[in-house]
Amino acid sequence: MIDLLTSRVMGDIFLGVTQGVLYGLIALSLVIVWQSTNILNFAQGAMAMFATYVGMTLLEHGLNYWACLAISVAAGFVIGGATERVLVRPLYGKPEINSIVVMVGFLGILEAGAVAIWGGTSRIITSPFSLSYFQHNGKTIFLSPFAVLQIAAAVTVMLVVAGLFRFTKLGLQLRAAALAPEVARLLGVRVNRLLTLGWALACSAGAVAAVVISSGFDGLTPTNMDVYFVFGFIAAAVGGLESPLGAVLAGVLIGVLQQFIVDYAPSSWASFSPVLILVVALMIRPQGLFSKQKARRV
Amino acid sequence: MTTAAIAVENLSVSYGAIKALRNVSFTAEPGAITAVLGANGAGKTTLLRTISGLLEPEEGTVTMAGVAITNEKTEDIARRGLGHVPEGRGVIGEFTVEENLRLGAMAAKVDLKAGLAEQYEQFPVLGQRRTQHAATLSGGERQMLAMARALIAKPSVLLLDEPSLGLAPLVTVELMETIRELCDAQGLAVLLVEQNAKSALRIAHHAIVLHLGSVAANATASEVAADEKLRQYYLGLAE
Repeated sequence: MIDLLTSRVMGDIFLGVTQGVLYGLIALSLVIVWQSTNILNFAQGAMAMFATYVGMTLLEHGLNYWACLAISVAAGFVIGGATERVLVRPLYGKPEINSIVVMVGFLGILEAGAVAIWGGTSRIITSPFSLSYFQHNGKTIFLSPFAVLQIAAAVTVMLVVAGLFRFTKLGLQLRAAALAPEVARLLGVRVNRLLTLGWALACSAGAVAAVVISSGFDGLTPTNMDVYFVFGFIAAAVGGLESPLGAVLAGVLIGVLQQFIVDYAPSSWASFSPVLILVVALMIRPQGLFSKQKARRV
Repeated sequence: MTTAAIAVENLSVSYGAIKALRNVSFTAEPGAITAVLGANGAGKTTLLRTISGLLEPEEGTVTMAGVAITNEKTEDIARRGLGHVPEGRGVIGEFTVEENLRLGAMAAKVDLKAGLAEQYEQFPVLGQRRTQHAATLSGGERQMLAMARALIAKPSVLLLDEPSLGLAPLVTVELMETIRELCDAQGLAVLLVEQNAKSALRIAHHAIVLHLGSVAANATASEVAADEKLRQYYLGLAE
């Protein structure tokens, strides 16, 4: 058993899953926004980054890791809600290109703002769990206590989101507000409040990912969420924009594949591989591998 | 004298430069079906959409059981007990039959279990298809679902916009009978917009005829049905 766990293949799987769940979390936050407002939020990564910087600032004032996580999630909630009320609401009913342009512009503003407030150098939140890999009889298992936390956090957020949308009254109303806002209003659903809530929830989920990333080796910079956003976006497209489970699984798939490529092929192929997965997945199933919806032309 | 379930006074609505409704006034009484008739573009759908708050009137007032609702939000009007089945039915195809019904019951805070049982009893085919996505239902089944979804909230006023659209004649007859039964049994005030004037007049107590946004006639259904001029010029029911 130990031989299996310390094998090269299992090492790649552990490392890939650890990285992939982060893509999955970003994908999940995109899915929440899509399910609640039918908008692709290109500033999702940057909004999560900004929320985490807020939490990180308070950490520097002596608060512990968990308080930082809670504050970042709360900041994400506020940023997400405020963004919907101020920037996104005027875009409803307008051509889809409008929201894309506005959110790309907002991404630039958030990143420039973060550089102006917190500087461009990398900052790390010290994790309460070790980043060192488990060892057994001198052999390395490429999994750390922190990686376990990372995976547990992603699974927990995914289960909460999936449960919210699938089993709760609030989730049903959120989906109705996105799919048929006029009909939802006619049935007494307070659509505007729900759209705000959808964005707030999405940005909170993104903040969990950003806090975890900030606790890793790379730390957080105003722009390093961009890469995670791109891979998260690909994961959301591959998994299906209507499927929280699909988003996380596709993120993990991309992470694992990247890790195998890094290990067995020239490392420059690693960035290219998710795009290849996206192309192949969209050719096979344009609506996403895990989506029950029909494909739609945009 | 009872308070009208819906009272519309001097209602005018425009789409830019185009006047869709001009000084429309009428009342709809509890326990009665008021048919809203007229040709395409007469303003029937605009009237319903304005009553339920989807459109803002230029002038005029709408009151529901004596309470002014003219400037209220659609969702608040719905929560007051106004059910609106829009043109095209508005069922959410991505939801199952039961999810559509649950959504209808939510804002009204009614007993969901009892409400579902009641609707499945009223429309047995919905009970058989409760786990099926609404997109897979036939036109008649979708219409039943749309009505059941509005009725589960126990409304006091029900607006029905072209319920017979796209339905086979036999299904239309059944549907009209169901509307009449519901009205009689629940004391609902029903505003029924229909292109199919003959079917609507058969079950309605009262009728208003719209012509280019104005009220051309406001009388009992039997009077409208008997008026040769109205039949010929506005309803396309020439002998």
